[in-house]
Amino acid sequence: MKSVTVTSIRPRSRADATPAARAAGGKIYTPYKYWFYLPAAVLYGVLFVVPTFASFYYSLTRWTLFDSKFIGLDNFRLFFSEPQLVKGFTNTLIYAFVTSGSKVVLGLLLAVLLTSRIVGRAYLRSVVFFPVLASTIGVAIMFTVLMNPERGLINGALGLIGIDGPGWLTDPKYALMSVALVDVWKGVGLATLIYIAGIVSIPREYMEAARVDGAGAWETFRRIVLPLSRPATVTVIILSLIGGLRSFELIWVMTRGGPGFTSDVIASVIYKQYQAGFYGLSTAGNVVLFLVVTAIVLPLSWFLNRKEVDM
Amino acid sequence: MTFRPRMRGLAVVAAGSLALTACSAGSLGSSDDAGGAASVSITYLAGNLEQDVKEANQLIKDFTAKNPTVTVKLETRPGGSEGDNIVKTRLSTGDMSDVFGYNTGSLFQAIAPEKNLTPISDQPYIGDLDENFKKTVTAGDKVYGVPSGGFMGGAVLYSIPVYTRLGLKVPATWAEFMANNAKIKAAGIAPVIQTYGETWTSQLFVLGDFHNVAAVEPDFADRYTKNQAKYATSPAALKGFEHTQQVHDAGYENKDFASAKLPDGLRMLAQGKGAHYPILTGVVNDMVSTYPNAAKDVGLFALPGDDASKNGLTVWTPGGVYIPNTTTGEKLDAAKKFLAFIASPDGCKSLATTGVPTGPYAVKGCELPADVPQSIKDMQPYLDKSGGSSLALEFVSPVKGPSLEQITVEVGSGIQKAKDGAARYDEDVKKQAQQLGLAGW
Repeated sequence: MKSVTVTSIRPRSRADATPAARAAGGKIYTPYKYWFYLPAAVLYGVLFVVPTFASFYYSLTRWTLFDSKFIGLDNFRLFFSEPQLVKGFTNTLIYAFVTSGSKVVLGLLLAVLLTSRIVGRAYLRSVVFFPVLASTIGVAIMFTVLMNPERGLINGALGLIGIDGPGWLTDPKYALMSVALVDVWKGVGLATLIYIAGIVSIPREYMEAARVDGAGAWETFRRIVLPLSRPATVTVIILSLIGGLRSFELIWVMTRGGPGFTSDVIASVIYKQYQAGFYGLSTAGNVVLFLVVTAIVLPLSWFLNRKEVDM
Repeated sequence: MTFRPRMRGLAVVAAGSLALTACSAGSLGSSDDAGGAASVSITYLAGNLEQDVKEANQLIKDFTAKNPTVTVKLETRPGGSEGDNIVKTRLSTGDMSDVFGYNTGSLFQAIAPEKNLTPISDQPYIGDLDENFKKTVTAGDKVYGVPSGGFMGGAVLYSIPVYTRLGLKVPATWAEFMANNAKIKAAGIAPVIQTYGETWTSQLFVLGDFHNVAAVEPDFADRYTKNQAKYATSPAALKGFEHTQQVHDAGYENKDFASAKLPDGLRMLAQGKGAHYPILTGVVNDMVSTYPNAAKDVGLFALPGDDASKNGLTVWTPGGVYIPNTTTGEKLDAAKKFLAFIASPDGCKSLATTGVPTGPYAVKGCELPADVPQSIKDMQPYLDKSGGSSLALEFVSPVKGPSLEQITVEVGSGIQKAKDGAARYDEDVKKQAQQLGLAGW
């Protein structure tokens, strides 16, 4: 009887239970003295905290290398009144969601394929991952050459089967999507890798139990692989969405935001303004980008992680 | 941004290779073999593009041959906005080389010449400098720089064989130009070469048209600087955008205009596969060295406007060479001697040995070599005629937006209409004017 009452008592919280914490006067125990944090704190402060807050201030000024003039929110007003920015803004969202979505779908399918028993699995896995290792600039230049409408290999190949390929990077209708396609090609390897790790960690017992219960391939995938690889999905979505929102190198090398402004994204607009010497304006642009990324990713991450806990 | 074709893109590469302090590309003998106790050594900062370095080295070589007591060390810097920042930083920290090369016009005004540079108005050769050029290196009432190189024209390069074969006449008005285009197209040749793969090449219908604008509205530049005249509302200035659109709407561009690059354009022109190429004469050197036949097969005419009698050439002035006021004592004397050499016929001759000039020189007594390409020769009549040429807008007004090249690509590709493009450019320059802190914006 006695033992039953003991186990029904709610255990004390962990902080109360730690003797070291009590000895430190209620504070959380740490093996380090404060000076031990100092070098990292100084580096962090000088290289990250100060510039971040300085940039918030400078986004409210019109500055040159020599001086700055406080102009309130004018930079932001100018930034948002720019037709080029509105275009860049929608393009950024389209680009981020298209690349992120494609990476989730393709990554998952490739991962299922590459965790199955196929010949040369290890080799095929590394082949999918190779584009991730290649330099972004190199990939961009290569595809620019391949996608040349007159002399490119892609349209040359299409021509052989009687299709008149479009100007992948020069037609305003296709430019952004062509770059997104290359981004997916380059980034899908990482998504696949994350999914492979997720799928491999699913206990085999589940699959076997499902088979005993008479589940087919589709049922197994839908009822077991898909829900249990949710942590991998969350990681892939967050990583690729952030990557997509701040994408720059591919777009800059392949189209420079062109033709005209049709494939501009926020990052390339900011870069062009910085290049033109509009330092205050481009700083304001960076603050906007920071806020947009935070505003999209923070709730999304919270939402996706909450679901994970519920499960 | 100022119109600096050869620097585009290369600036990125250049940034990587830049070692600000240790970048002496040409070692031209140490001060030991210059001999004598009276020898003095000065430094000269120039652009790091191949042709710039070649010209600078040649100038130094010929100058030191005449002045054995002076040694000149070459330092290089990248072009574009990278170079702007380096020049400004070095000037403001008092760390500038003894002599340096930099842009003229609005960019020259932006380095605060009255505060940072040594005036050369009292030098004997100052009367020999071209008036147009002098205007672009004057601040207050003092002159600060000498020209390194020739004028550059923004004009239409055309294929002479195509013109002879079709029996065409060089057009002086836009209507004649378009009539020629119709005949050229009927003959199966691309009438107008456009190369939007390199966006800066798309701006010539607008920028090269400025002489025609100034002919109709002489005070345009002034009012433009004061925020009173606009591209979208001035009928004369809007023409440049309209012409860009008309050429596209009429289907006169080469088929691959959207992806073609400058070398493609030059090839088409040199081989007679395209008839007209609106471009800067700075590209002639490259064209002739790749396609020797282009020296006689390619001619030049100014961008045509509405009025044949007022038609003329829009010109870009050569870069300037300046002395910062941190150069003193015998180094200053040596630096002044170096500038005097650059601004003399000997200086022009020295420059001419390094390649095809971009146009006539800005120093009296400097003749173009007899064997210059036809297209460069064609510039001379415009410059000789009074009222036959004007400086490009960027030399007479500091207001220049950075996005013109994207806007002209949109107008020339049919993505945007001329009127909208012009209005958008007006918005673009507003930012530049505000950044410069100009009155009235």
